[in-house]
Amino acid sequence: MAYSDKLLDHFKNPRNVGTLDKNSATVGTGLVGAPECGDVMRLQIEVDPITKKITEAKFKTFGCGSAIASSSLATEWLKGKSVDEALAIDNMAIVEELALPPVKIHCSVLAEDAIKGAIKDYQEKNGLEVTATVGAH
Amino acid sequence: MGQRLIYLDNNATTPTDPRAVEAMIPYFHEMPGNAASRNHPAGWAAEGAVDTARDQIADLINVDSREIIFTSGATESDNLAIKGVFEMYARKGNHIITATTEHKAVLDACKKVEKKGGQVTYLPVNDKGLINLEELEAAITDKTILVSIMWANNETGVIQPMKEIGEICARHGVLFMSDATQAVGKIPVDPKEVGVHLMAFTSHKMYGPKGVGALFVNRKNPRVKVTSQMDGGGHERGMRSGTLNVPGIVGFGKAAAIAKEEMHDEAIRLAGLRDRLQKGLMEILEESYVNGSQEHRMPHVTNISFKHVEGEGLMMTFNQNIALSSGSACTSASLEPSYVLVALGLGDDLAHSSLRFSLGRFTTEEDIDATIEQVAEGVNHMRDLSPIWEMYKEGVDIDAIEWSEH
Repeated sequence: MAYSDKLLDHFKNPRNVGTLDKNSATVGTGLVGAPECGDVMRLQIEVDPITKKITEAKFKTFGCGSAIASSSLATEWLKGKSVDEALAIDNMAIVEELALPPVKIHCSVLAEDAIKGAIKDYQEKNGLEVTATVGAH
Repeated sequence: MGQRLIYLDNNATTPTDPRAVEAMIPYFHEMPGNAASRNHPAGWAAEGAVDTARDQIADLINVDSREIIFTSGATESDNLAIKGVFEMYARKGNHIITATTEHKAVLDACKKVEKKGGQVTYLPVNDKGLINLEELEAAITDKTILVSIMWANNETGVIQPMKEIGEICARHGVLFMSDATQAVGKIPVDPKEVGVHLMAFTSHKMYGPKGVGALFVNRKNPRVKVTSQMDGGGHERGMRSGTLNVPGIVGFGKAAAIAKEEMHDEAIRLAGLRDRLQKGLMEILEESYVNGSQEHRMPHVTNISFKHVEGEGLMMTFNQNIALSSGSACTSASLEPSYVLVALGLGDDLAHSSLRFSLGRFTTEEDIDATIEQVAEGVNHMRDLSPIWEMYKEGVDIDAIEWSEH
């Protein structure tokens, strides 16, 4: 299977690898997937309490190249977005950007779920209305 | 490609030995005959070449050359043996015994037999990948016509107790078939010595060309027959019709002759390199586990799981330089991890984390040292990216987490 240059770039030089303090009120953590299924993504966002924009995004992923690239791309897209804008990120946009082959579409779904999971966690922590639904696919 | 690709996927296929290629070349153009053409020199030359190759192959496994049926490969040989016995011995019974770790060519042929009214028992294996002999014997009924157990496993290299299985089959008067694809040409394989009556193997796993294989069919005590699955012309004693692949068969024969000469020393050399690789990786990388028996194992294979790293992603860190296979689901369309490793009792997570290293005739010590370095680098890189590795390092009980299955 030949992967796109963009995918390979995200795989070889993953952006925003790391960990934010999951106990901080301004941080939301999404943990999706399962080791038995061969991929686990943890995506974290930090939201500025005043501007309500996502100022930082970090990920760690156990998975194939497509899963790692999908989550790396997601963190890139999240920075600077408002929570509502972030919720609008669709997995098909990731599929298109990375030219994921059909058998790897589930990796983009997982990335979308991880984004929603992180937002949900942030909203719950801060007593906000929860507008993110994980696993809507 | 800058540097030479390090090829450690010899269980998938071996490079054709240049000596086999050389032997084949005249049979493409200079000697164009059909081995079934009995009336001119071109046909005689082809027939003679096929006879020589048949002798070379029979000689490698210590059987009579009349017991070798040429096919297109081991998949066809497995199908011919299983379906052919099922049809030929229908009056005797309809029950076949095999194991869960068999190759898909055997398992899918057995599934087809089930659809046609056959009964199949799939024996489990233990954590070493070995079947239980008492379970095998207990599974035999008066309807059992065939036991099909592979000589050596393609994913783990684990070698089954062939002699003991052969004794059980003989005691109960049941035919014993073996898919010996991974064993022939690499370790001594003598079907008659261990009571195997039918044996499938192929050229391209023993440094011959692709597209040609063989089925050994025992001729005497007992005289075994299989119903042909390919009809038209009655070639190969009526068991497999079709014009013989003369160049392929010549290359197969040459590969068999080379294997007979060289496999003893080659096995010793490869076991040394394999052990160097396994030891090297296990020393550098904590939480690494060898899958399957190390005592009953092919000399050129090791299958290792690197915990908390996904196999396909790991391979992407070095696959421009090193070719090998993984038991990870992501390498297959099914998204299921290796059923062979799962049958050994590995959790799906460890099965996803496995790499299969299969060395071969052209593997060098430099290849092994470069592989140790690059795989270790890849595993460490992937672990830095892995949230599960981070949790493990922090002492989180990963099994206690409620994962969202998807």
